[in-house]
Amino acid sequence: MDRASTLMYRRRRMRNRLVLVLSIAAAVSGLIWLVAILAELVWRGAAGLNLQVFTQMTPPPGSDTGGILNALLGSAVLTLIGTLIGTPIGILAGTYLAEYGRGSKLSSVVRFINDVLLSAPSIVIGLFVYQIVVTSMGHFSAWAGAVALALLVIPVVVRTTENMLKLVPNQLREAASALGAPRWIMISQVVYRAARAGVITGVLLAVARISGETAPLLFTALNNQFWSTDLNQPMANLPVMIYRFALSPYPYWQQLAWTAALVITAAILLLNVVARSLIRTKG
Amino acid sequence: MNNPPDDAAPPIQTYISPHATAPSAPRGLPKIDINDLSFFYGEYQALKNISLPLHDRMVTAFIGPSGCGKSTLLRILNRMYDLYPKQRAEGKVMMDERNILDPKQDLNMLRARIGMVFQKPTPFPMSVYNNIAFGIRLYEKVPKSEMDDRVQTALKRSALWDEVKNKLHQSGLSLSGGQQQRLCIARTIAVRPQVLLLDEPASALDPISTAKIEELIYQLKSDYTIVIVTHNMQQAARVADYTAFMYMGELVEFGQTQQIFTTPRESRTEDYITGRFG
Repeated sequence: MDRASTLMYRRRRMRNRLVLVLSIAAAVSGLIWLVAILAELVWRGAAGLNLQVFTQMTPPPGSDTGGILNALLGSAVLTLIGTLIGTPIGILAGTYLAEYGRGSKLSSVVRFINDVLLSAPSIVIGLFVYQIVVTSMGHFSAWAGAVALALLVIPVVVRTTENMLKLVPNQLREAASALGAPRWIMISQVVYRAARAGVITGVLLAVARISGETAPLLFTALNNQFWSTDLNQPMANLPVMIYRFALSPYPYWQQLAWTAALVITAAILLLNVVARSLIRTKG
Repeated sequence: MNNPPDDAAPPIQTYISPHATAPSAPRGLPKIDINDLSFFYGEYQALKNISLPLHDRMVTAFIGPSGCGKSTLLRILNRMYDLYPKQRAEGKVMMDERNILDPKQDLNMLRARIGMVFQKPTPFPMSVYNNIAFGIRLYEKVPKSEMDDRVQTALKRSALWDEVKNKLHQSGLSLSGGQQQRLCIARTIAVRPQVLLLDEPASALDPISTAKIEELIYQLKSDYTIVIVTHNMQQAARVADYTAFMYMGELVEFGQTQQIFTTPRESRTEDYITGRFG
């Protein structure tokens, strides 16, 4: 009896150790690739990091001077416009889902479509915008790129806004209406304020996501070798530039692609850190 | 009981009663008359044919075991249930010769006249000052100096001024639980209602904060008709002039607090207040 129970105990302990080792191994194998990618990126990218990268335009083939300034600016412009278009739509839709449409048929349909959009491959979004905007304009343009990015922003912001608004305790809504506040004042002045950090975090995560997207820009904003601020013309941007330069036979282009990849990764990392610290200071 | 004397003057001299200029009925007459009121959550009937008066500038307590419908009854008085679909009331609730349950009743004006304070303190995520200004701004456009006065008056009236006068622009969430609850009371009376609904206002607070809230209720009843839901029978005995005992959605007994607690007519009332169930 006693021996049997020790045996059982030992077996249980063995099994516990086995599972523990397996789960640690799984976690480590996930991390290894991440660290390897980052290390490679820093190693190769930092080698080409200097002031001219940030002050000069992308070079013509064969040249061994030049930077990524036009692509950096283009990415900033595309991301900004995409966010400016997508955020209000996303926040309003999220507000509908969380506040006005709770339990309604329409809101479950909207939520379902939003989830589909959230997981849609971004290249599909790019093709869609190509069909709608690029073919009707007759040429690639920054506008088309920004619209494609906005379509990626919307589902992320809808989802986070809805979730964050749902976290706001109902008592706060009741307290505002008990004072006689109409619904729109209750939402805009009390509920939004309570959920502010979370909603901003959602927007930042959406920005982080679109600033690295390549596929939707390939068919829309395309690329531009030169400095251009004309939104009706193709515009340079980091992801497409990296894609082109990395595949080129010119060593300096390849080096610039590594450096640009490092810059974009650092920017996204920074955005994520800011977003996370906002979540933490929420309470 | 250890109540202050009945005619205790309001402690703040600058305070002007909202009733001071308005001609009003003598204290004690029914302010609200609940008549044959039933309430449904979907199919489920939560209140059955309730009738009772709520007396002007008196404190009425609703007591009874959990789920007896006392909070439901309170939430009918300011039509809080309208926020939720599938909840409906039948019967009449008359205030100043108008039926509160009338579908044409303007809810926001109703809630301006009938304020409510909840079980858990619910300060808005904004400054102490703005917590109070929020309600005032819903109805009136007042210049800054008058707003300052109104905020100060409300805070003094709810016995919070001395504790927060140096942190008016800090977040309302930075106050202690008891202070937050008095802030919620201040916010409610700043709108100048006639009726205050208190839904277990002290059940989330420690005994000292509870005592402060009870004292406040005692001071406020000179100007407001107060309805309080409470789990705590001693609290009902201390603060209420009238008490209604409810059980399973029915009003078992209603009367003066002293009578309910000393010579209840119904055996269920007696069983409950002597602790035999509930």
